[in-house]
Amino acid sequence: MITDLRPVMIRLAEKQVHSESFATLFFDFSIDFKPGQFIMVWIPGVDEKPYTISHHTPDRFAITVEAKGLFSKKAVSLKKGDKVGIRGPFGNGFNIIAKPNIAVVAGGCGMAPLAPVIDALESPGKDNLIIIHGARSKEFLLYPDRFSTHRRICTDDGSKGHKGFVTDLLKQEILAREILTGEDPQTPCLDMVYACGPEIMMARVFDICEKHNIPCQVSLERYMRCGFGVCGACVCGDKVVCKDGPVFVSQTLRTMEDFNTTALLKSGKPVPLDQYASWRCQ
Amino acid sequence: MQTQFLGKSLKAPLVLASGVLGNNKAILERVWKNGCGLPTMKSIGPAPRDGHKNPTVIDLGDGMINAVGLPTPGYLNMEEEWQDLKDRDFPINASIYGGSVEEFVQVAEFVSAKGPDFIELNISCPNSDRHGMLFGVNPDSSHAVVSAVKKVVDVPLIAKLTPAAPNIGAIATACEDGGADAICAINTAGPGMIIDIESRMPVLDFKKGGLSGPMIKPIAVRCVYDIYQAVSIPIIGLGGITTGADAVEIIMAGASLVGMGSAVRYRGVTVFNQVNKELETWLKEHNTSIDAIRGAAHREGK
Repeated sequence: MITDLRPVMIRLAEKQVHSESFATLFFDFSIDFKPGQFIMVWIPGVDEKPYTISHHTPDRFAITVEAKGLFSKKAVSLKKGDKVGIRGPFGNGFNIIAKPNIAVVAGGCGMAPLAPVIDALESPGKDNLIIIHGARSKEFLLYPDRFSTHRRICTDDGSKGHKGFVTDLLKQEILAREILTGEDPQTPCLDMVYACGPEIMMARVFDICEKHNIPCQVSLERYMRCGFGVCGACVCGDKVVCKDGPVFVSQTLRTMEDFNTTALLKSGKPVPLDQYASWRCQ
Repeated sequence: MQTQFLGKSLKAPLVLASGVLGNNKAILERVWKNGCGLPTMKSIGPAPRDGHKNPTVIDLGDGMINAVGLPTPGYLNMEEEWQDLKDRDFPINASIYGGSVEEFVQVAEFVSAKGPDFIELNISCPNSDRHGMLFGVNPDSSHAVVSAVKKVVDVPLIAKLTPAAPNIGAIATACEDGGADAICAINTAGPGMIIDIESRMPVLDFKKGGLSGPMIKPIAVRCVYDIYQAVSIPIIGLGGITTGADAVEIIMAGASLVGMGSAVRYRGVTVFNQVNKELETWLKEHNTSIDAIRGAAHREGK
């Protein structure tokens, strides 16, 4: 049984290669799960890293890995039958609300934690579900055939959909809705925005939501060690991302001084986010 | 439960163990707001250090094993943190380490000038081959570090000891003789090891790691008991303390303050408030006080 105690070694059941840089690794095991939660993945002799669960059914789960650094390159090169150590799940996960008007905004591999959110939202069938999905270019758009809901696509290079950012599409959607509903702060035009992607993207999405009184939930990323809120490596303001997060709601984001500004390096040194990001991709 | 400790007034007799949370001012303050009388910063070292590769911390259910490996920006690279901490309305304990007496002195002198309320000497971490425990298993090297540091600091000095010392009472005595104002015991026990039998490899990347949490509490209680016999300076007792009853137990062994670290895993950051309440309730029910039960387990006195 997989728990949040010592890692359990399990075999890779299936690998789906999406493109040169993305692969999804499937494991035929059951694990407790709420969309947005993550597991610690150990490749013995290499390292252990947090990955969000990107697919989940009662007897199967998967992680989606972008080959960027030493560990992730190793992970995407794993073969069926190879064993990795898994412990988890960790973190709070997204709060899936029952209201009808919802937008999911994903940037790049930020789609990985949001895909199970969409799965959960699609199952009762939500006509009003909006999916906005952006990436650097066409090849980086994850799970092109996964959802029944139509996606609004944008890419940085214009290779598919709108050439520009997810925030352009989100603003368009909000304005279109406000023309119909009127700009009434008591009844915002969306009941919730779920977002994950580069932190600067999430900060922009949050700003837009604040301006239009729309509640949002975003999933943050920081360097992690324990996964359960003790070691403090992943502090963001007075929160630990692994345990208090990784999902944070508008109310928390408003007071989170390190959101979109600061992250700790492995040594514990706080640095500006861009410096952190370039270190993480080594 | 206002408590006096080395001339400072703490709002509660509870201490956050070094190495747990403690990475920035905001989280130290959050721990304090949740009932901790004295939050301890992560150990500050002489030079930038990343610590070990993951896995570094594994929960075993009844305690944890860790080899985080003393990550630090290095004492010269923490100006922002010190600036943040300047305007604080809570006390802090600055843990420091070095790889030699000279390094301890360098770091201590610099840190002392930044105005922490206490400095804690980490002569007890098992997760580096050239720091920490190396000093704390031997009375002479413990004395050497403490007495050298004592000359350059102007805040009370706490020596944090390892249960790996063959005679922890003798180490405590050496620290007291060297000028330590208090003893903090214990750091993690062991080190221990867990091996994954499928991959046939130690789980921790550093292979071995310090044990903490409920499974080491009896060792902590014994160590505090031994130290209380040996010295007359106050003791911060920690190691597996998770409940008010645990706190009572280690106070009866001789502790003046009670530390917690792994307890944050088992009961969350609010564990400090919970333990304060449990401790208070116990004392009220027994119509007694911390001062009255301190060292109570030493029936023949000291």
